[in-house]
Amino acid sequence: MVTTRGVNLHEAALARAEPSGAGVEDYLALMKPRVMSLVVFTALVGLLVAPGHLHPVLGFAALLCIAVGAGAASALNMWYDADIDARMSRTCGRPIPAGRVLPGEALAFGLTLAGGAVAVLGLVANWLAAGLLAFTIFFYVGIYTVWLKRRTPHNIVIGGAAGAFPPMIGWAAASGGLALEPILLFLIIFLWTPPHFWALALCRADDYARAGVPMLPVVAGAQETRRQILLYALTLLPAGAAPWVLGLAGPLYGIAAIFAGAGMVGLAWRLRRSGRAGEAGALFAYSVVYLFAVFAALLIDHRLFGSA
Amino acid sequence: MDRRDDESGIVLTEEQKRRRRARSIAIALSLGALALLFYLVTIVKLGPGVLRRPL
Repeated sequence: MVTTRGVNLHEAALARAEPSGAGVEDYLALMKPRVMSLVVFTALVGLLVAPGHLHPVLGFAALLCIAVGAGAASALNMWYDADIDARMSRTCGRPIPAGRVLPGEALAFGLTLAGGAVAVLGLVANWLAAGLLAFTIFFYVGIYTVWLKRRTPHNIVIGGAAGAFPPMIGWAAASGGLALEPILLFLIIFLWTPPHFWALALCRADDYARAGVPMLPVVAGAQETRRQILLYALTLLPAGAAPWVLGLAGPLYGIAAIFAGAGMVGLAWRLRRSGRAGEAGALFAYSVVYLFAVFAALLIDHRLFGSA
Repeated sequence: MDRRDDESGIVLTEEQKRRRRARSIAIALSLGALALLFYLVTIVKLGPGVLRRPL
Protein backbone atom coordinates (compact mmCIF):
# COMPACT_ATOMS: atom_id res chain seq x y z
CA MET A 1 0.00 0.00 0.00
CA VAL A 2 1.10 3.54 -0.70
CA THR A 3 1.23 5.67 2.42
CA THR A 4 2.46 9.09 1.33
CA ARG A 5 2.03 9.92 -2.35
CA GLY A 6 3.75 6.66 -3.28
CA VAL A 7 7.08 7.64 -1.77
CA ASN A 8 7.20 4.77 0.69
CA LEU A 9 6.24 2.22 -1.91
CA HIS A 10 8.69 3.70 -4.37
CA GLU A 11 11.58 3.76 -1.89
CA ALA A 12 10.81 0.29 -0.67
CA ALA A 13 10.75 -1.00 -4.22
CA LEU A 14 14.04 0.70 -5.02
CA ALA A 15 15.63 -0.72 -1.90
CA ARG A 16 14.62 -4.22 -2.93
CA ALA A 17 15.28 -3.56 -6.65
CA GLU A 18 11.84 -5.07 -7.12
CA PRO A 19 11.07 -6.11 -10.72
CA SER A 20 7.88 -4.68 -12.15
CA GLY A 21 4.82 -6.81 -11.70
CA ALA A 22 2.59 -4.61 -13.85
CA GLY A 23 0.45 -6.25 -16.47
CA VAL A 24 -0.76 -4.66 -19.70
CA GLU A 25 -4.21 -4.24 -18.14
CA ASP A 26 -2.66 -2.16 -15.33
CA TYR A 27 -1.20 0.30 -17.81
CA LEU A 28 -4.56 0.47 -19.57
CA ALA A 29 -6.25 1.13 -16.22
CA LEU A 30 -3.84 4.04 -15.63
CA MET A 31 -5.39 5.70 -18.68
CA LYS A 32 -8.94 5.63 -17.21
CA PRO A 33 -10.57 4.14 -20.31
CA ARG A 34 -14.13 5.08 -19.28
CA VAL A 35 -13.22 8.75 -18.97
CA MET A 36 -11.32 8.44 -22.22
CA SER A 37 -14.43 7.23 -24.05
CA LEU A 38 -16.25 10.47 -23.20
CA VAL A 39 -13.23 12.52 -24.25
CA VAL A 40 -12.94 10.68 -27.56
CA PHE A 41 -16.64 11.02 -28.31
CA THR A 42 -16.82 14.75 -27.62
CA ALA A 43 -13.59 15.32 -29.56
CA LEU A 44 -14.99 13.27 -32.46
CA VAL A 45 -18.11 15.44 -32.57
CA GLY A 46 -15.99 18.61 -32.50
CA LEU A 47 -13.89 17.21 -35.32
CA LEU A 48 -16.85 16.17 -37.48
CA VAL A 49 -18.97 19.32 -37.12
CA ALA A 50 -16.06 21.67 -37.79
CA PRO A 51 -15.83 23.35 -41.18
CA GLY A 52 -13.21 22.01 -43.56
CA HIS A 53 -12.28 18.49 -44.44
CA LEU A 54 -9.81 16.27 -42.66
CA HIS A 55 -8.82 13.03 -44.37
CA PRO A 56 -10.20 10.03 -42.41
CA VAL A 57 -6.72 8.70 -41.74
CA LEU A 58 -5.60 12.06 -40.35
CA GLY A 59 -8.85 12.35 -38.39
CA PHE A 60 -8.30 8.92 -36.87
CA ALA A 61 -4.71 9.80 -36.00
CA ALA A 62 -5.83 13.09 -34.43
CA LEU A 63 -8.47 11.31 -32.33
CA LEU A 64 -5.91 8.73 -31.27
CA CYS A 65 -3.60 11.52 -30.12
CA ILE A 66 -6.40 13.19 -28.15
CA ALA A 67 -7.29 9.83 -26.55
CA VAL A 68 -3.67 9.09 -25.67
CA GLY A 69 -3.22 12.63 -24.35
CA ALA A 70 -6.25 12.14 -22.09
CA GLY A 71 -4.84 8.78 -20.98
CA ALA A 72 -1.50 10.41 -20.22
CA ALA A 73 -3.18 13.07 -18.09
CA SER A 74 -5.04 10.32 -16.20
CA ALA A 75 -1.82 8.38 -15.59
CA LEU A 76 -0.11 11.51 -14.24
CA ASN A 77 -3.18 12.20 -12.09
CA MET A 78 -2.99 8.68 -10.63
CA TRP A 79 0.74 9.10 -10.03
CA TYR A 80 0.23 12.29 -8.03
CA ASP A 81 -2.94 11.18 -6.23
CA ALA A 82 -1.77 7.69 -5.24
CA ASP A 83 -1.89 8.63 -1.54
CA ILE A 84 -5.48 9.87 -1.81
CA ASP A 85 -6.53 6.90 -3.93
CA ALA A 86 -5.16 4.50 -1.32
CA ARG A 87 -7.53 5.96 1.30
CA MET A 88 -10.70 5.82 -0.79
CA SER A 89 -12.69 2.62 -1.29
CA ARG A 90 -13.60 3.68 -4.86
CA THR A 91 -9.97 4.05 -5.90
CA CYS A 92 -7.86 1.87 -3.60
CA GLY A 93 -7.84 -0.88 -6.22
CA ARG A 94 -6.14 1.35 -8.79
CA PRO A 95 -2.77 0.08 -10.07
CA ILE A 96 -0.48 2.28 -7.94
CA PRO A 97 -2.17 2.04 -4.50
CA ALA A 98 -2.71 -1.67 -5.09
CA GLY A 99 1.04 -1.99 -5.63
CA ARG A 100 0.86 -3.38 -9.15
CA VAL A 101 2.50 -0.36 -10.79
CA LEU A 102 5.33 1.64 -9.22
CA PRO A 103 4.82 5.42 -9.04
CA GLY A 104 7.92 6.00 -11.16
CA GLU A 105 6.58 3.68 -13.85
CA ALA A 106 3.29 5.57 -13.95
CA LEU A 107 5.11 8.92 -14.12
CA ALA A 108 7.36 7.77 -16.98
CA PHE A 109 4.36 6.23 -18.77
CA GLY A 110 2.31 9.43 -18.46
CA LEU A 111 5.10 11.79 -19.51
CA THR A 112 6.04 9.64 -22.51
CA LEU A 113 2.46 9.38 -23.73
CA ALA A 114 1.84 13.10 -23.18
CA GLY A 115 4.92 14.16 -25.14
CA GLY A 116 4.22 11.67 -27.91
CA ALA A 117 0.54 12.59 -28.24
CA VAL A 118 1.23 16.34 -28.46
CA ALA A 119 4.09 15.96 -30.93
CA VAL A 120 2.22 13.57 -33.22
CA LEU A 121 -0.96 15.69 -33.14
CA GLY A 122 1.10 18.71 -34.17
CA LEU A 123 2.61 16.83 -37.08
CA VAL A 124 -0.60 15.07 -38.15
CA ALA A 125 -3.09 17.95 -37.74
CA ASN A 126 -1.75 21.34 -36.72
CA TRP A 127 0.07 23.02 -33.86
CA LEU A 128 -3.00 24.89 -32.59
CA ALA A 129 -4.66 21.55 -31.81
CA ALA A 130 -1.40 20.23 -30.35
CA GLY A 131 -1.02 23.35 -28.20
CA LEU A 132 -4.58 22.96 -26.91
CA LEU A 133 -3.91 19.30 -26.09
CA ALA A 134 -0.72 20.21 -24.25
CA PHE A 135 -2.56 22.92 -22.33
CA THR A 136 -5.36 20.47 -21.47
CA ILE A 137 -2.89 17.95 -20.04
CA PHE A 138 -1.14 20.73 -18.10
CA PHE A 139 -4.47 22.04 -16.83
CA TYR A 140 -5.67 18.63 -15.65
CA VAL A 141 -2.40 17.66 -14.00
CA GLY A 142 -0.93 21.00 -12.91
CA ILE A 143 -3.97 23.15 -12.18
CA TYR A 144 -6.58 20.58 -11.12
CA THR A 145 -4.64 17.66 -9.64
CA VAL A 146 -1.67 19.38 -8.06
CA TRP A 147 -3.07 22.81 -7.22
CA LEU A 148 -6.83 22.79 -6.75
CA LYS A 149 -7.98 19.30 -5.83
CA ARG A 150 -6.64 19.31 -2.27
CA ARG A 151 -7.20 23.01 -1.60
CA THR A 152 -10.68 24.17 -2.55
CA PRO A 153 -14.22 22.80 -2.89
CA HIS A 154 -14.30 24.57 -6.25
CA ASN A 155 -11.68 22.11 -7.51
CA ILE A 156 -13.89 20.45 -10.07
CA VAL A 157 -15.61 23.70 -11.09
CA ILE A 158 -12.34 25.15 -12.39
CA GLY A 159 -10.71 21.79 -13.08
CA GLY A 160 -13.71 20.84 -15.19
CA ALA A 161 -12.27 23.01 -17.94
CA ALA A 162 -9.75 20.25 -18.64
CA GLY A 163 -12.55 17.86 -19.58
CA ALA A 164 -14.24 20.55 -21.66
CA PHE A 165 -11.36 21.12 -24.07
CA PRO A 166 -11.58 17.94 -26.22
CA PRO A 167 -14.31 19.22 -28.62
CA MET A 168 -12.25 22.39 -29.08
CA ILE A 169 -9.19 20.29 -29.85
CA GLY A 170 -11.17 18.22 -32.35
CA TRP A 171 -12.53 21.38 -33.98
CA ALA A 172 -9.05 22.93 -34.15
CA ALA A 173 -7.59 19.72 -35.60
CA ALA A 174 -10.16 19.72 -38.41
CA SER A 175 -10.42 23.42 -39.19
CA GLY A 176 -7.07 24.82 -38.09
CA GLY A 177 -8.83 27.54 -36.06
CA LEU A 178 -11.41 28.24 -33.39
CA ALA A 179 -14.88 29.82 -33.46
CA LEU A 180 -17.95 30.44 -31.31
CA GLU A 181 -19.29 26.90 -31.84
CA PRO A 182 -16.45 25.01 -30.11
CA ILE A 183 -16.49 27.57 -27.31
CA LEU A 184 -20.19 26.76 -26.74
CA LEU A 185 -19.35 23.05 -26.71
CA PHE A 186 -16.66 23.84 -24.15
CA LEU A 187 -19.21 25.75 -22.09
CA ILE A 188 -21.68 22.85 -22.10
CA ILE A 189 -19.12 20.39 -20.70
CA PHE A 190 -17.76 23.02 -18.30
CA LEU A 191 -21.22 23.60 -16.78
CA TRP A 192 -22.03 19.88 -16.89
CA THR A 193 -18.99 18.88 -14.84
CA PRO A 194 -19.97 20.23 -11.37
CA PRO A 195 -23.40 18.53 -11.13
CA HIS A 196 -21.86 15.35 -12.57
CA PHE A 197 -19.05 15.15 -10.03
CA TRP A 198 -20.97 16.55 -7.08
CA ALA A 199 -23.63 13.86 -7.59
CA LEU A 200 -20.84 11.30 -7.31
CA ALA A 201 -19.33 13.15 -4.35
CA LEU A 202 -22.67 13.04 -2.51
CA CYS A 203 -22.59 9.25 -2.77
CA ARG A 204 -18.92 9.12 -1.75
CA ALA A 205 -18.72 11.96 0.79
CA ASP A 206 -17.27 9.69 3.50
CA ASP A 207 -14.59 8.50 1.13
CA TYR A 208 -13.57 12.04 0.23
CA ALA A 209 -13.63 13.11 3.89
CA ARG A 210 -11.38 10.19 4.85
CA ALA A 211 -8.95 11.11 2.07
CA GLY A 212 -8.99 14.78 3.09
CA VAL A 213 -10.24 16.00 -0.29
CA PRO A 214 -12.34 19.17 0.22
CA MET A 215 -15.19 18.23 -2.08
CA LEU A 216 -18.29 20.40 -1.70
CA PRO A 217 -20.36 17.84 0.29
CA VAL A 218 -17.47 17.47 2.75
CA VAL A 219 -16.88 21.19 3.19
CA ALA A 220 -20.34 22.75 2.76
CA GLY A 221 -22.60 19.79 3.47
CA ALA A 222 -25.06 17.77 1.42
CA GLN A 223 -27.83 20.37 1.41
CA GLU A 224 -25.66 23.14 -0.05
CA THR A 225 -24.25 20.66 -2.60
CA ARG A 226 -27.76 19.73 -3.74
CA ARG A 227 -28.60 23.44 -4.08
CA GLN A 228 -25.47 24.05 -6.17
CA ILE A 229 -26.23 21.02 -8.33
CA LEU A 230 -29.68 22.44 -9.09
CA LEU A 231 -28.22 25.87 -9.92
CA TYR A 232 -25.70 24.37 -12.32
CA ALA A 233 -28.38 22.18 -13.91
CA LEU A 234 -30.53 25.29 -14.42
CA THR A 235 -27.57 27.06 -16.02
CA LEU A 236 -26.74 24.05 -18.17
CA LEU A 237 -30.23 23.99 -19.72
CA PRO A 238 -29.90 27.30 -21.66
CA ALA A 239 -26.20 26.70 -22.30
CA GLY A 240 -27.09 23.37 -23.93
CA ALA A 241 -29.72 25.05 -26.10
CA ALA A 242 -27.44 27.97 -27.00
CA PRO A 243 -26.03 26.48 -30.23
CA TRP A 244 -29.61 26.16 -31.53
CA VAL A 245 -30.74 29.57 -30.21
CA LEU A 246 -27.78 31.24 -31.89
CA GLY A 247 -28.48 29.46 -35.17
CA LEU A 248 -25.38 27.30 -35.02
CA ALA A 249 -27.38 24.06 -34.80
CA GLY A 250 -30.72 22.89 -36.16
CA PRO A 251 -34.07 22.15 -34.49
CA LEU A 252 -33.28 18.48 -33.93
CA TYR A 253 -30.39 19.47 -31.74
CA GLY A 254 -32.42 22.19 -30.04
CA ILE A 255 -35.23 19.81 -29.08
CA ALA A 256 -32.80 17.15 -27.87
CA ALA A 257 -30.77 19.66 -25.83
CA ILE A 258 -33.88 21.13 -24.19
CA PHE A 259 -35.37 17.73 -23.34
CA ALA A 260 -32.06 16.35 -22.07
CA GLY A 261 -31.41 19.53 -20.07
CA ALA A 262 -34.93 19.44 -18.63
CA GLY A 263 -34.26 15.86 -17.52
CA MET A 264 -31.12 17.03 -15.77
CA VAL A 265 -33.02 19.84 -14.03
CA GLY A 266 -35.81 17.43 -13.05
CA LEU A 267 -33.41 14.97 -11.45
CA ALA A 268 -31.51 17.79 -9.72
CA TRP A 269 -34.84 19.12 -8.38
CA ARG A 270 -35.83 15.68 -7.09
CA LEU A 271 -32.43 15.33 -5.44
CA ARG A 272 -32.83 18.75 -3.82
CA ARG A 273 -36.27 17.82 -2.50
CA SER A 274 -35.65 14.26 -1.31
CA GLY A 275 -31.95 14.28 -0.49
CA ARG A 276 -31.73 10.51 -0.94
CA ALA A 277 -28.42 8.96 -2.01
CA GLY A 278 -30.26 6.98 -4.67
CA GLU A 279 -31.33 10.23 -6.35
CA ALA A 280 -27.70 11.37 -6.47
CA GLY A 281 -26.70 8.07 -8.09
CA ALA A 282 -29.49 8.45 -10.64
CA LEU A 283 -28.38 12.00 -11.46
CA PHE A 284 -24.77 10.86 -11.86
CA ALA A 285 -25.78 8.09 -14.28
CA TYR A 286 -28.15 10.39 -16.17
CA SER A 287 -25.49 13.10 -16.52
CA VAL A 288 -23.31 10.70 -18.53
CA VAL A 289 -26.29 9.90 -20.77
CA TYR A 290 -27.00 13.64 -21.08
CA LEU A 291 -23.57 14.46 -22.45
CA PHE A 292 -23.59 11.58 -24.92
CA ALA A 293 -27.14 12.46 -26.03
CA VAL A 294 -26.47 16.17 -26.56
CA PHE A 295 -23.28 15.62 -28.52
CA ALA A 296 -24.82 12.76 -30.52
CA ALA A 297 -27.79 15.04 -31.33
CA LEU A 298 -25.41 17.75 -32.53
CA LEU A 299 -23.64 15.28 -34.79
CA ILE A 300 -26.88 13.86 -36.23
CA ASP A 301 -28.28 17.36 -36.67
CA HIS A 302 -25.12 18.41 -38.49
CA ARG A 303 -25.28 15.37 -40.77
CA LEU A 304 -28.98 15.86 -41.55
CA PHE A 305 -29.22 19.63 -41.80
CA GLY A 306 -25.61 20.66 -42.25
CA SER A 307 -25.78 23.09 -39.36
CA ALA A 308 -22.92 24.05 -37.00
CA MET B 1 7.26 -13.62 -2.45
CA ASP B 2 10.99 -13.50 -1.78
CA ARG B 3 12.58 -13.60 -5.21
CA ARG B 4 16.04 -12.56 -4.12
CA ASP B 5 18.76 -15.03 -4.72
CA ASP B 6 22.04 -13.74 -3.33
CA GLU B 7 24.09 -15.78 -5.77
CA SER B 8 22.26 -15.13 -9.03
CA GLY B 9 20.47 -11.83 -8.33
CA ILE B 10 16.74 -11.45 -8.80
CA VAL B 11 14.92 -14.51 -10.05
CA LEU B 12 11.54 -13.74 -11.59
CA THR B 13 8.54 -15.79 -10.66
CA GLU B 14 6.53 -17.44 -13.42
CA GLU B 15 3.83 -14.80 -12.99
CA GLN B 16 6.36 -11.97 -13.37
CA LYS B 17 7.78 -13.64 -16.48
CA ARG B 18 4.28 -13.95 -17.93
CA ARG B 19 3.53 -10.29 -17.25
CA ARG B 20 6.86 -9.17 -18.70
CA ARG B 21 6.17 -11.18 -21.85
CA ALA B 22 2.69 -9.65 -22.12
CA ARG B 23 4.20 -6.15 -21.76
CA SER B 24 6.80 -6.91 -24.41
CA ILE B 25 4.15 -8.12 -26.84
CA ALA B 26 2.00 -5.05 -26.16
CA ILE B 27 4.97 -2.72 -26.80
CA ALA B 28 5.81 -4.58 -30.02
CA LEU B 29 2.22 -4.36 -31.26
CA SER B 30 2.04 -0.66 -30.34
CA LEU B 31 5.27 0.09 -32.21
CA GLY B 32 4.04 -1.87 -35.25
CA ALA B 33 0.73 0.00 -35.21
CA LEU B 34 2.55 3.33 -34.89
CA ALA B 35 4.84 2.50 -37.83
CA LEU B 36 1.79 1.65 -39.96
CA LEU B 37 -0.02 4.81 -38.83
CA PHE B 38 2.99 7.03 -39.61
CA TYR B 39 3.31 5.38 -43.03
CA LEU B 40 -0.37 6.01 -43.83
CA VAL B 41 -0.23 9.58 -42.52
CA THR B 42 2.84 10.26 -44.64
CA ILE B 43 1.18 8.93 -47.79
CA VAL B 44 -2.00 10.94 -47.09
CA LYS B 45 -0.07 14.16 -46.37
CA LEU B 46 2.13 13.83 -49.43
CA GLY B 47 -0.87 12.97 -51.59
CA PRO B 48 -0.71 11.62 -55.14
CA GLY B 49 2.34 13.79 -55.85
CA VAL B 50 4.48 11.19 -54.14
CA LEU B 51 4.09 8.96 -57.19
CA ARG B 52 4.97 11.72 -59.69
CA ARG B 53 8.28 12.91 -58.35
CA PRO B 54 11.23 13.17 -60.77
CA LEU B 55 13.74 10.37 -60.53
